Amino acid sequence: MAEPFVHLAGVKKVYRTGRAQFLAVSEVTFDVAAGELVALVGPSGCGKTTLLKILAGLHPHDSGEVVTGSVSQPFDPSRDIGMVFQQPLLLKWRRVIDNVLLPAEILGLPVAASRERARELLALVGLEGSEDKYPYQLSGGMQQRAAIARALVHDPKLILMDEPFGALDALTREKMNLELLRIWEQAKKTIVFVTHGITEAVFLGTRVVVLTAGPARMADNFLVELPHPRTLDMKTQDKFGEYTRRIYRLLGME
Amino acid sequence: MGTNREALQRYSLAVVSHLLLVAAWHFFVVVGKVPSFVLPSPQATLNALLIPNYRWFENIAVTGIEIFGGYILAVVIGITIALLFSWSRWLEMAVMPLLVSLNMIPKVALGPLIIVWFKYGIGPNIMMAFAICFFPIVLTTARGLREVEPDLLDLVRTLKGSRWQVFTKIQLPGALPYIFSGMKVAAILAVAGAIVGEFLGSDRGLGYLMLQVQVTLDTAAMFMAVILITLLGGLLYLMVLGLERLLVVQDARLG
Repeated sequence: MAEPFVHLAGVKKVYRTGRAQFLAVSEVTFDVAAGELVALVGPSGCGKTTLLKILAGLHPHDSGEVVTGSVSQPFDPSRDIGMVFQQPLLLKWRRVIDNVLLPAEILGLPVAASRERARELLALVGLEGSEDKYPYQLSGGMQQRAAIARALVHDPKLILMDEPFGALDALTREKMNLELLRIWEQAKKTIVFVTHGITEAVFLGTRVVVLTAGPARMADNFLVELPHPRTLDMKTQDKFGEYTRRIYRLLGME
Repeated sequence: MGTNREALQRYSLAVVSHLLLVAAWHFFVVVGKVPSFVLPSPQATLNALLIPNYRWFENIAVTGIEIFGGYILAVVIGITIALLFSWSRWLEMAVMPLLVSLNMIPKVALGPLIIVWFKYGIGPNIMMAFAICFFPIVLTTARGLREVEPDLLDLVRTLKGSRWQVFTKIQLPGALPYIFSGMKVAAILAVAGAIVGEFLGSDRGLGYLMLQVQVTLDTAAMFMAVILITLLGGLLYLMVLGLERLLVVQDARLG
């Protein structure tokens, strides 16, 4: 790999509450190239979310190296991060388009141009015609699409997603996986995607990073050599099964 | 449309049930030959309005000023204090428990004290209305301002947004449904506060009038006064409801 866009080496994080210590993340070492979609997979308590927050600059890490950006892809921490959470967290009192515009407002970006971009993004995520609806008028999957558009509106280089489809039903989730791949290919962003779904991780990721709990540490980091665009029938291929089995084994489930 | 028809049906049923109550009242009095000092008929109650001695307009105005004055004061001061809480955690931790304790005081019991301190009149009755409806407004507003999704705060923090941006874009609009829920409870309480104030000591107002006509056993006038007080409260409540519909998106409203 040429110049990494995100570089993590020996990252460790311990939470302290009074005398008690809790190891949240350790031995995390991996690089992400610009334009990759990295899936962080692992059980509850493996530190996936903590790692995401470290990448977002929300939590400091205790030791190790976290470098974001490169010479060809400079990184501005105040405007190059887009976030998507498990819940859409749209503001109920704002129309869909005004929800998408929130990051642009906070950054003080030009209003007219941002609005135009928000419209394009809503079309990209398949919400054309829903711009002026309120969140309650959308289904859970559609709300999450709007949340993805919101994460893209200020044109950040790095999108951090924390189990974004975890609250959706299984079928909607499959559909959103395909949608996310399409959006990723069109928007050309670097995405770090946290999930506890093993098939989801293999299906989406150009790279999968496996984290284990108790103690929380990184257990594996491998490239997924399945062609793009991915299709649902790839899930039945032997190669796909090998990848998922590899993860199951690491998580002690086989 | 179906929903329109449904709404029409619901409203007309509500009107019918109210009219039925008045009709039942009328027949109960007429058929039961109930003496009018016990229960006046609807007609007799309406006729009470014709007695100029009772100075209905003036009394309505006085009670209305007490209710609305105390209420507006409570809304302004209550929301301001809750906002201060949301800006200073220390202030909230020091003052909030104090407010919770003070809220335990039955405000009605303060009536005689208020009269000792401020004599009687419109002013003290405004204070009574204020005292009784101030707490629910502070408590619900403070709670609403506290209810911010931590993930949303993270989102703003990754964009290096300011405290002020969090407040104006997320916290305050998010608290509006709570503020209105407190304001609706307070609207009902303000009426009770003003009337209790008038009962305890006053020389004008609908509550005062009720005490006056009680002496002469003019039950019809007492009925009329109660109806007018209820209408004043209803008017205030409707105004708050209208403001809520204007400012708060349907889905965000609290029941």
